[in-house]
Amino acid sequence: MKMLFELDEEKRLFRQTVRDFAEQEIRPHVDRLWETGEFPYDIVRKMGELGLLGIPWPEEYGGAGGDYLAYAIAVEELARVDGSCAITVEAHISLGSAPFYYYGTEEQKREWLVPLAQGRILGSFGLTEPEAGSDAGNTKTRAELKDGQWVINGTKCFITNPGTEMSGVVTITAVTGIRPSGKKEISNIFIPKGTPGYNIAPKYKKMGWHASDTRELNFVDCKVPESNLIGKRGEGFKQFLDCLDGGRIAIAALAVGTAQGAFEEALRYAKERVQFGQPIGKFQGVSFKLADMATEIEIARNMAYKAAAMRDAGVPHTKEASMAKLFASEMCMRTTTQAVQIFGGYGFMDEYPVSRFFRDAKILEIGEGTSEVQRMVISRELGL
Amino acid sequence: MNLVVCVKRVPDTAESEVHIDASGKDIDKSRLSFGINECDNYAVEEAIQIKERLGGTVTVISLGPKENDEVIRMALAKGGDEAIRLEDEAFDGGDGFAVAKALAAAIKGLEFDIVFTGALADDDGYAVVPAALGELLGVPHATYVKKVEILEDGKRAKVGRELEGGLLEFLEIELPCVLGIQTGINEPRYASFKGIKQAAKKEIAIKSAADLGLDPSEVGESGSWAVLEKFTPPVVGEMAEILEGDPEETAAKLAAILKEKGLV
Ligand SMILES: Cc1cc2nc3c(=O)[nH]c(=O)nc-3n(C[C@H](O)[C@H](O)[C@H](O)COP(=O)(O)OP(=O)(O)OC[C@H]3O[C@@H](n4cnc5c(N)ncnc54)[C@H](O)[C@@H]3O)c2cc1C
Ligand SMILES: Cc1cc2nc3c(=O)[nH]c(=O)nc-3n(C[C@H](O)[C@H](O)[C@H](O)COP(=O)(O)OP(=O)(O)OC[C@H]3O[C@@H](n4cnc5c(N)ncnc54)[C@H](O)[C@@H]3O)c2cc1C
Repeated sequence: MKMLFELDEEKRLFRQTVRDFAEQEIRPHVDRLWETGEFPYDIVRKMGELGLLGIPWPEEYGGAGGDYLAYAIAVEELARVDGSCAITVEAHISLGSAPFYYYGTEEQKREWLVPLAQGRILGSFGLTEPEAGSDAGNTKTRAELKDGQWVINGTKCFITNPGTEMSGVVTITAVTGIRPSGKKEISNIFIPKGTPGYNIAPKYKKMGWHASDTRELNFVDCKVPESNLIGKRGEGFKQFLDCLDGGRIAIAALAVGTAQGAFEEALRYAKERVQFGQPIGKFQGVSFKLADMATEIEIARNMAYKAAAMRDAGVPHTKEASMAKLFASEMCMRTTTQAVQIFGGYGFMDEYPVSRFFRDAKILEIGEGTSEVQRMVISRELGL
Repeated sequence: MNLVVCVKRVPDTAESEVHIDASGKDIDKSRLSFGINECDNYAVEEAIQIKERLGGTVTVISLGPKENDEVIRMALAKGGDEAIRLEDEAFDGGDGFAVAKALAAAIKGLEFDIVFTGALADDDGYAVVPAALGELLGVPHATYVKKVEILEDGKRAKVGRELEGGLLEFLEIELPCVLGIQTGINEPRYASFKGIKQAAKKEIAIKSAADLGLDPSEVGESGSWAVLEKFTPPVVGEMAEILEGDPEETAAKLAAILKEKGLV
């Protein structure tokens, strides 16, 4: 039995490429992106040219022909340098593009997945609503079929990627009827940007991820053709749950990268900062923190890669994806907290990257299912 | 245009502490990360750009162990066509001249118009391979090259060599030739995921000294003109002046020195 957890050469080269890209093309801009919150068009376009916006999709649909593990590695490497760039890619792939790939018709794939995968447009997924966060089934947005068109009314909040110049399409969950059981029938419908009645609010001001595009969306008698339904009517809930399994793996990788970035800063600082006549890293009080941080990052990385490999192998992985997301995001919060601690007062200052990693970490315990929701999923998988 | 590019895998010592190992003839590399020599990365890009403009093939050659495959494959992923790795215990401990002999033996069997190397290696800094390779192949060579223009007849190239202070010296050089490439000549690309996948399928031909028709005594340490004796750590304090005192005093001293040297 082979148990040597080692990436093959293809994955190592890919990691190297994304790392070089992040260091050379993103790192020089992170201060400005954080400060201004401007959307990094140049960087995102370059990522598109490199194939980073379509890593797991087949080449015939404009993708890079990679797998979920390669995608997780890319998100991790981007997050090591900048969380905003990482979440832009993550939301675009796991949420914005995945529904087209997994459930779209051949025609929908040609029309939408291809430009998404090639990075010509950005995609979003609108699940969350003011009254439907963790309780995603409580969707209030309605889509009524009238004269061959869906007429959509409702509000989505906290949606990533919908309002940039590159944004092309959002897929939303909407109530399309009531089942005989009395339960809501939820379906996924996509709405191209620019459709009348699809209104996009200004960007939220956020604690972290400043350069990521997060907005409220509002639909007022917004009409799209009946053919904009993705997959079968009434399967919207099932579909986004599966997309979220994939998304959670990528969020786990994003947490690993964020933690790794903060850890590297703290390690370097601990070797340089002298107090009481020696580098602070020589004090066990500091070195043990770093030892714990490195250990936890390693655990989380292994969990994320394992879940990704399971998804690639096509075996059930709801539990593993949820565990990886839960552990990695909470690990990331602990690690970035300790990184700030190691920087002392400097860690509280805006211009120190650790303060940014710290603020970028918090959302990872919330987005794509809060830690509590992950524990609910894992409990359910345990038969509780 | 048939292009050959020689690449070296070197440890990244820029951000790490470097320690001399027990043999005294090497550094402890166990905790270092490795990658392509910086100049070589530009050499790869230059070769690929010329191929893309004028057609032809790019053959990537590296001397070293299996680990070098990663560096070779990255060059293939960016657009290289064929690859050869020279591996033999007999190559161990060779100086720049001995390395050039092995590379020349591998290149002689190929049709080539230009052989690219980096101008200088980040680790040993000998800067000798491009010139030695040119001599051994019996073709013209130029190094510290920061501009390459293939002239219309396809038989000559105009090359700009970087001199002190960024001054460029332009030469006309006949092909085939060897060019040692300087950093900054172009903007090295990133390999695409597709390129990486394709590169994984390409074969890297492995050649030993015997395959190249070389006697072990001609290469490696025994075939070298210079043999590494030992490393010594830099001597602290002789060249550098360490300013003592509290920040106010040291700042005043530093200001005085800068003023005295006419630097401010
Ligand atoms: C920056 C950012 C980007 C986002 N991007 C997207 C996006 O692209 N698409 C999208 O659809 N959504 C997106 N979201 C929304 C995100 O997924 C939700 O915020 C998240 O699911 C939580 O929902 P909520 O904010 O309504 O919190 P609530 O669900 O109201 O939760 C509040 C608290 O109650 C807890 N809680 C709720 N129910 C239970 C329970 N049964 N047991 C125990 N505790 C419980 C929660 O864990 C949490 O701590 C984004 C959010 C942010 C901040
Ligand atoms: C917003 C703000 C307001 C402030 N206001 C004031 C003020 O009004 N007046 C003032 O004088 N100062 C002020 N400070 C400074 C603050 O008190 C210091 O930042 C704090 O004492 C830590 O010092 P430091 O930042 O130099 O960190 P360092 O002392 O360099 O510590 C870095 C890390 O090393 C650890 N460490 C250091 N030595 C050891 C050891 N021997 N063993 C184990 N671990 C060790 C620390 O715990 C920390 O985790 C302020 C700081 C901030 C951020």
